[in-house]
Amino acid sequence: MAVADVSQSSAKVNWLYDARVRAVFYQILTIVLFVLFVVWLGSNTAQNLEDRGIATGFGFLDQPAGFGVPFSLIDYSETSPYWDAFVLSVLNTLFISFIGIVLATVIGFIFGVMRLSSNWIISKFAAIYLETARNVPLLLQILFWYFGVLTALPQLRQSINIGDSIFLNNRGLYMPSPIYGPGFEFVVIAFLVAVIGVIMIRRWAAKRQEATGEQFPVFWTALGLILGLPLLAFAVTGFPLSWEYPALKGFNFRGGAVLIPEFMALLAALTLYTAAFIGEIVRAGIMAVSHGQTEAAYALGIRPGTTMRLVIIPQALRVIVPPLTSQYLNLTKNSSLAAAIGYPELVAVWSGTVLNQTGQAIECILMTMLVYLTISLSISVFMNWYNRRIALVER
Amino acid sequence: MATMDTSQSGRETPAVHVPAPDLPPPATEVGIIGWARANLFSNWWNSLLTLVGIYLFYLILPPILDWAIFSADFVGESRDDCTSGGACWVFISIRFDQFIYGFYPEAERWRPTLAVGLGLLCLVYCLTDGVPFRKYVAMFLCLPFPIIAFFLLSGGFGLPHVETPKWGGFLLTIVIASVGIASSLPIGIALALGRRSQMPVIRMICIGFIEFVRAVPLITVLFMSLVILPLFLPPGSNFDQLLRALIGVSLFSAAYMAEVVRGGLQAMPKGQYEAAQALGMNYWTMMRLIILPQALKIVIPAIVSSFIGLFKDTTLVLIIGLVDLLAMIQLAVTDSKWIGLATEGYAFCAILFFIFCFGMSQYSMYLERKLHTGHKR
Repeated sequence: MAVADVSQSSAKVNWLYDARVRAVFYQILTIVLFVLFVVWLGSNTAQNLEDRGIATGFGFLDQPAGFGVPFSLIDYSETSPYWDAFVLSVLNTLFISFIGIVLATVIGFIFGVMRLSSNWIISKFAAIYLETARNVPLLLQILFWYFGVLTALPQLRQSINIGDSIFLNNRGLYMPSPIYGPGFEFVVIAFLVAVIGVIMIRRWAAKRQEATGEQFPVFWTALGLILGLPLLAFAVTGFPLSWEYPALKGFNFRGGAVLIPEFMALLAALTLYTAAFIGEIVRAGIMAVSHGQTEAAYALGIRPGTTMRLVIIPQALRVIVPPLTSQYLNLTKNSSLAAAIGYPELVAVWSGTVLNQTGQAIECILMTMLVYLTISLSISVFMNWYNRRIALVER
Repeated sequence: MATMDTSQSGRETPAVHVPAPDLPPPATEVGIIGWARANLFSNWWNSLLTLVGIYLFYLILPPILDWAIFSADFVGESRDDCTSGGACWVFISIRFDQFIYGFYPEAERWRPTLAVGLGLLCLVYCLTDGVPFRKYVAMFLCLPFPIIAFFLLSGGFGLPHVETPKWGGFLLTIVIASVGIASSLPIGIALALGRRSQMPVIRMICIGFIEFVRAVPLITVLFMSLVILPLFLPPGSNFDQLLRALIGVSLFSAAYMAEVVRGGLQAMPKGQYEAAQALGMNYWTMMRLIILPQALKIVIPAIVSSFIGLFKDTTLVLIIGLVDLLAMIQLAVTDSKWIGLATEGYAFCAILFFIFCFGMSQYSMYLERKLHTGHKR
């Protein structure tokens, strides 16, 4: 009787001290505070906008933008609507990010491996670059390339001339631009066919090696196919490609393609800055593979090159890929620093020029942020997929 | 020979084997030659790399040294004193005070010097091992010091008022970086705890904030705090541009700090949580006494590298119109009296940032070694 009493009374906790009740209470409180906060912000904003006579909404997107930009991947003029300026700035951001990511990865891997070299001078050489580039603010590097290096390039008339086709001066880098003739699409198709063919051959070769142990020279076949098939198509269709060369006419170069100095300065700074971080990541990744792996591979009689390719790099990649992803994202986000030198990318055009012209602060910043959110999420989704693919398969 | 003789002449003395003295190691294996053979010329490929490396250094180093030191001008009054064709450090020495203090009134410059000096002194004291009263100095640094520093910098109690637009140069860089560091750590810890909370609503809000801020560039956050923050506040309220930038920087770095701290929280074995709960601790006691001290200790190196990132990112306030060190230099190099000296200005700025960032990273590596208790090969 007494025992039952005790258990009953102890099981009955005052609801005030029940963790679950408290959790629900805290959460409701949070929601209420959060909603009140948002409502407060909203009413303030509405009042402020009314006071300043700003109409909200996205109607301004159809109006003519009225400003020109020095670098564009699409047809754009001053009469184009704001929407076109938006598309242009997003494309410019993606363009410089893509090229920057490719270059930074290559340079970063080279310097990461150099840092690990057993050669003292090469290792120190890489260390000096890595430490300098990592410890100096990116914005300073951008300004240095733009105001320190590129303005020191020769004037238009004294352009650095490479084979009468590439010209470098303080207005930019002038290059020949390709003109595709009829039938060039067959070359592209041939290239795609070659790529698909290589993938299939690789699969077949891997299966055959598993079944019979015989090896197949996949690399050389792939090289032959990827170079040979498009070349063959190119020859068969009668070389449908010509180049338009830039030529000095009057006060400027005409024809060809041009990379403006803002683009080059931003690309140089972004690439070298991010490459330094990638170099450190690569170094850390390779060092994370235990030395026993190398020794075991050598003990099995595998040659050093093959050991690197089949034993070290696959394991190092598991360590390298996640931080590499965040470096790619950082590079994309850091391209927004172009606002300081005027390369027309998203922040400079949309949160700068357009915001100042239209006064649509909320819409402009919201759209800018949404674009970066989308880019970030897509890169992380892709990289997570890739990471899962190469992740350690555990029991 | 000698041992043979003794054994033959006297029976009392037993045969003693006296080994010949060790030969010195081959000259090619030790000392500078041995080091060079092992590290520079171990095989033909390595030798080739060494030669290429020496050539690269030869290409790069002499011109830089010549420009920066041997044919540079150090003393003078104006641009005209720079005649030797190298770097014109006169520019830096003339403008040095401006680079450090910005437009802070000259008569009042002892105030920021005192504030920053006091802060640095306390910080160094706190970071030194084995000194007495560390706890009290740390407490002073956490609570009264920011208030003292604020009044020193901005005025009050008889000191003339100095408006924030006059704060500039490296002083502003330090102010933004230290406010960012000091506020991002507690906010970051709160966000990290919220992200790992059992309550879905709090978790969702924290995840949303962290992921959103981490997905956008700092410059958009700064633009937002510059343009949109005034819209969010009640009509008529108007506040300082520096404060807006500080809010932006703090919230931005707090999101990154939250992820760093979360890494530490996740690395804690579950047994630590369970043991604390078994002892009857409630959530806050458990976090304060058991989890956070251990979790933060693990991630100290990551926290420091996050601080380094923040320190470098302070330069971005240039874009929203505050005059930090880089902006001061940018102003100076576009001055018509000193035209064409951009490289000197940037080099000075780079060296200053390098010293701070490299110093912090070396300190974090030292801490990592000190706190490393595992087995190392």
